[in-house]
Amino acid sequence: MFPLTVENKHVAQLLLSTGTCPRCIFRFCGVDFHAPYKLPYKELLNELQKFLETEKDELISEVPNPPPKKIRLQELEDGIDGMDNLSQNGEGKISIIEDGSIASKNSNLNVCNVCLGILQDFCEKEFIKKVCQKVEASGFEFTNLVLSISFPPQLSVREHAAWLLVKQEMGKQSLSLERNDTVQLKEAYKWITHPLFSEELGVPIDGKSLFEVSVVFAHPETVEDCHFLRAICPDCFKPAKNKQSVFTRMAVMKALNKIKEEDFRKQFPCPPNSPKAVCSVVEIECAHGAVFVAGRYNKYSRNLPQTPWIIDGERKLDSSVEELISDHLLTVFKAESFNFSSSGREDVDVRTLGNGRPFAIELVNPHRVHFTSQEIKELQQKINNSSNKIQVRDLQLVTREAIGHMKEGEEEKTKTYSALIWTNKAIQRKDIEFLDDIKDLKIDQKTPLRVLHRRPLAVRTRIIHSMETHYVDEHHFRLYLKTQAGTYIKEFVHGDFGRTKPNICSLMDVTADILELDVESVDVDWPPALDD
Amino acid sequence: MATEPETPVAASAKEPAVPSLVDRYFTRWYKAGQGNGICKDVENSREYCVIGGRIIPSNNTGSIFAPRRICVITLAGSHPVLQSGKAIKGISYQISTNCSRLQNKVSGKFKRFLTELAPLCKIYCSDGEEYTISSCVRGRLMEVNENILHKPSILQEKPSSEGYIAVVLPKFEESKSITEGLLTQKQYEEVVVKRISATTATS
Repeated sequence: MFPLTVENKHVAQLLLSTGTCPRCIFRFCGVDFHAPYKLPYKELLNELQKFLETEKDELISEVPNPPPKKIRLQELEDGIDGMDNLSQNGEGKISIIEDGSIASKNSNLNVCNVCLGILQDFCEKEFIKKVCQKVEASGFEFTNLVLSISFPPQLSVREHAAWLLVKQEMGKQSLSLERNDTVQLKEAYKWITHPLFSEELGVPIDGKSLFEVSVVFAHPETVEDCHFLRAICPDCFKPAKNKQSVFTRMAVMKALNKIKEEDFRKQFPCPPNSPKAVCSVVEIECAHGAVFVAGRYNKYSRNLPQTPWIIDGERKLDSSVEELISDHLLTVFKAESFNFSSSGREDVDVRTLGNGRPFAIELVNPHRVHFTSQEIKELQQKINNSSNKIQVRDLQLVTREAIGHMKEGEEEKTKTYSALIWTNKAIQRKDIEFLDDIKDLKIDQKTPLRVLHRRPLAVRTRIIHSMETHYVDEHHFRLYLKTQAGTYIKEFVHGDFGRTKPNICSLMDVTADILELDVESVDVDWPPALDD
Repeated sequence: MATEPETPVAASAKEPAVPSLVDRYFTRWYKAGQGNGICKDVENSREYCVIGGRIIPSNNTGSIFAPRRICVITLAGSHPVLQSGKAIKGISYQISTNCSRLQNKVSGKFKRFLTELAPLCKIYCSDGEEYTISSCVRGRLMEVNENILHKPSILQEKPSSEGYIAVVLPKFEESKSITEGLLTQKQYEEVVVKRISATTATS
């Protein structure tokens, strides 16, 4: 059933005659249910004409105010002579069309002066199909999607102009028009296109989906429509660093809210003029939100950095912990890139034993995201088979929120280490026994010299909770320590030029140095252990 | 009179000697004073061991590592202050009326930039001699060693570790060129040997 009633006639007539498409007419007449918009364009045009014609006599007999000369001149200029100019009094041309279907006469209708074609061809099945083809070709795996449509900013300006026009017209009939009485362009677009996308791709539209299809429209012909706003509201259009143009949708909306009606009308035609061409599609992009994989890693090499070690473009050491783990994930998830993070880290020459160190990898724009726990287990096995320098356990998919647990661990939890220590003086068992009895030793560590070039100079107080010694020979012993997070173990042993106090050298009154260091445990209970 | 440059190796170890902390992580560079063995103290006082940090393979952030070479300024083995019999009365970081290296605060970057000749501290010996120690390396003064203020003997006992004088960080662009005016361990040893033979020859 045709959604317009008698009350809408004047407005509908006015809008149609000035170059507005049926769906936009519906919007300005407050048609807020979906069905009418979904009908095919041609049909809508026909119905509209029929609706307007049936009471043509009524219209002609009225004598309301003539539309401003400006509008009529504009119509002539823009070449919509073919458009039935049923203007309200004898001044205008009244062309009576016999066959009653102006629509078909003008069916390669001018581009709508309000939506610039968005609610004409760009919401119909043919266009949607084209977009969906691109989506399918992109190779993403998805079970739902969110649509993100971007319209050119000048649409807001035209919308505003049309709204002022309609408001004026309704004023003549002593009717008011609020902003909420009209349907927003984007709303109507969604009503029409969402079901079409769903049907074509076979998945629901879900605002929370991680898979985003974005379509960006532009209309170069009318880009300058917005520019007059800058003269009137300059502070809405301050240049920001990363924007190409200051005329963003937000800025334009802001200015439109501020500008006075008279000022607007002086600068911009109401109704808006008809453009020559429809919008163009600047881009159709698909992207999937990041997924996260967590686990714990052991490091068995004393020659492996955690992140790639490159100086002046030259790689100094082969590979890295993060690459050995992430490369496999990148491939399987078909992701663009990754971000590796872990609960603290160890030096190149330090092994990580025990349960390993928690890590999390963010896989950016993954094309494949659904994996069973069996598949993840196999992936873990693959990683472990490919290298003996590292091993991974408890590999699992986690949420972004869960990553917080890992970083918590870095600052708060304890770690245990074992160190092989050399002393210059010959030592006996009794010389090291006293260390076993020291509990919660407070040490002050100045920023170690070896990191001073990239960390600020500061003194950090840390606690060595407990120690255990194992005598090896006159010049060597093993020291096991449990320490607060953030303790520099090497510096605690050799003293770092006396900048860590107390230290093993000062406690034992010898010159000592550390020959080997291993991380025995990282006491963070995340990610959850899986029984492999 | 002249002593051998300090050796980095513990002499008493039966097993293969373990290089000291300094030599495991740093490279020694020297600035020798001019003149022959019978030289004035002023000249001789420019005997420093600059321990320049080399790239340490550990704990690097990110994938691009900038090799900034931290330098630790210490006295070289043949510095008069390190000769036996010298007793240090006191050490001061007040190098002029308005400038104390102790007030090397975090802000005020420009004040902290040193040229090679910038003085770091003064050492007062009980025999009346006074020595000014200068930086010999261009760079940002990171810290001076306050431990030697409280216990000057550390300077003599452990000149290459706990008795260091200061820590200087050269500009990134200059990190390779700072060693151009300096001598390697070997070159330094040769200079000292020549000096000894020159001295013995003339005495």
